[in-house]
Amino acid sequence: MAEIEVRLPSLGEDAGDTAEVSFWQVEEGESVAAGDSIVQMLTDKATFDVPCPAAGHLKEHKVAEGDRVKVGDVLCVLETAD
Amino acid sequence: MPPASNILNLIRLGRMNYAAALALQLRAVERVKVSREAGATEEFLFLVEHDPPVITVGRGGERENVLASAEQLAALGVELHEASRGGDVTYHGPGQIVAYPVIDLAARGRDIHGYLRNLEEAVIRVLAEYGLAGERDAKYTGVWVGREKICAIGVAITRWVTYHGLALNVSTALDHFDLIVPCGIRERGVTSLEKLLGRPVDMDEVEMALAAELAKVLKFAGTAEADEFKIKNEKLKKK
Repeated sequence: MAEIEVRLPSLGEDAGDTAEVSFWQVEEGESVAAGDSIVQMLTDKATFDVPCPAAGHLKEHKVAEGDRVKVGDVLCVLETAD
Repeated sequence: MPPASNILNLIRLGRMNYAAALALQLRAVERVKVSREAGATEEFLFLVEHDPPVITVGRGGERENVLASAEQLAALGVELHEASRGGDVTYHGPGQIVAYPVIDLAARGRDIHGYLRNLEEAVIRVLAEYGLAGERDAKYTGVWVGREKICAIGVAITRWVTYHGLALNVSTALDHFDLIVPCGIRERGVTSLEKLLGRPVDMDEVEMALAAELAKVLKFAGTAEADEFKIKNEKLKKK
């Protein structure tokens, strides 16, 4: 068992970017496969999802729906299967 | 990083209602994901005029930016949809070219802002072909001529595959924008190619120019008209 922090990826060149947490697609305790969409995010003109980096289950949401987060901020903690 | 395809498959839908065109985009999104995993990514560009006219509210939108009542919209034959794209409220209808690129940003730099800037750049180049100076606004995504908006942009990205896109006014019934606060911006107007040029403009010509410029800025070698989705497309049109 290993824990992975899932962070907001870069949206482009501007390092100070922020995005809003639109809604969670995976709840705490649920299992996820690598590549599954974990959370829907929202910027001014784009919606995007954050894919799961590895299989496991979602241990903890670190941000809530409606929160504004910066690039690199931890969104959730994943407990991997291996 | 999976290899990006070099040809942008162009699918010209003509006039089609919003829901049918969205269904086709979502099928294309799946095609991109599946083909990417198979190591030969296929990417698509849909061009469509929405008919009947439709007002869509993006995820960043406020319902109060739709000024008309449900009854007024029904009387005018204008549909109302919520959309999974970013951005606020916008209007689509005949005379407006809507472009929906369904492409793989994982193979094209994973740059969401860069993608939005590229969409703007393609439209600015098309406008230049008509002798018009389209501009960006640091605060508001989209393309402007003077203080008036000619192109609205709102995109969605799932597992780095894009859908939704841009809407360029060619001969749009601009009074329909009075039904909304476009993009939630009160202090600016909207315009169209025909209004700015004061003459009729050929829709096909603008469509092909836009397809060519989008292919260039998105780093495709070129476009090819694709038969994909055509059969489904005919079925949906009859509904």
